[in-house]
Amino acid sequence: MSAGADTHHHGHGAGSVGSHATFRGYMTGFVLSVLLTAIPFWLVMADVLGDNRLTSLVIMGFAVVQIVVHMIYFLHMDTKSEGGWTFLALIFTLTLVVITLIGSLWVMYHLNANMMPMSGHDMQQHVPAAPSR
Amino acid sequence: MATHAATTHDVAEAPAFHLEEDHHPEGSTMLGFWIYLMSDCLIFAVLFATYAVLGRNYAAGPSPKDLFELPLVALNTSMLLFSSITYGFAMLEMQRERQGGTLGWLAVTGLFGLAFVGIELYEFAHLIHEGATPQRSGFLSAFFALVGTHGLHVTFGTIWLVVLMVQVRQRGLVIENQRRLMCLSMFWHFLDVVWIGVFTFVYLMGVLQ
Repeated sequence: MSAGADTHHHGHGAGSVGSHATFRGYMTGFVLSVLLTAIPFWLVMADVLGDNRLTSLVIMGFAVVQIVVHMIYFLHMDTKSEGGWTFLALIFTLTLVVITLIGSLWVMYHLNANMMPMSGHDMQQHVPAAPSR
Repeated sequence: MATHAATTHDVAEAPAFHLEEDHHPEGSTMLGFWIYLMSDCLIFAVLFATYAVLGRNYAAGPSPKDLFELPLVALNTSMLLFSSITYGFAMLEMQRERQGGTLGWLAVTGLFGLAFVGIELYEFAHLIHEGATPQRSGFLSAFFALVGTHGLHVTFGTIWLVVLMVQVRQRGLVIENQRRLMCLSMFWHFLDVVWIGVFTFVYLMGVLQ
């Protein structure tokens, strides 16, 4: 495999996505993610805050922070790699994700709200399809 | 591919186009793979949106609170987290051009991946045994679609990982294999990112309701 070793050299010099990965970076990311995973589980399982709405908001905050940590330390995202195109693709995707999530919830919530004119009796008649199972 | 590797010796006589290709093989591949991951991200966004809309339609069936066992989910989450760091170690070994270390850490990563899929299948079997099948309610349909799609990704990632281990064994850490390992690295870490959304939004917030 002497030829293989030669190609190696080329690969190493080329500089690549993983080339700035370091042990330190991975360990930092790992320790942070363990903390950012353990705390939300603890908050929910031990019911530390005592208020569901507040707990939901807090664990969503932890999730966002952990996603950013993974992006930086594990996926090695930055604004410069590939001339900024990966970052641009990410921003574009995030925009679409936000539109998809918020749009769906918004539309479906109002659809539900506008379907309300049914009386309680009507609702009873419409629902039984499911409980019959 | 062996002949291709051999030609790098007389790279000076090779056409300029070829030389260029050899110098930046990862460049376009990495960007292309990243764009694939972004499209995959949109698939998950749609599944998350479906779950967000249908997640409370229990049809008088079981709710997340009745079904989910957080200790099991925590165990599952830790499997995926450990697999992320061990894949990172595999990449570091690859940078140092140590084939044995790379293969070893890849094997550990694969085992964590298998453990994750195994625990998830156990959970699914348990749910179905209790009558909480995908057909039971809108909530369960959305749940199985979202978590099942993620599980399928991890399954195929593990298969991909085994295939790459065979290739690294056969051809060594040549540039092509390094590129493939980097693609799988992005795929694997991306799945971990999606799982953060799943355990927070589906499991933890489901139990809170």
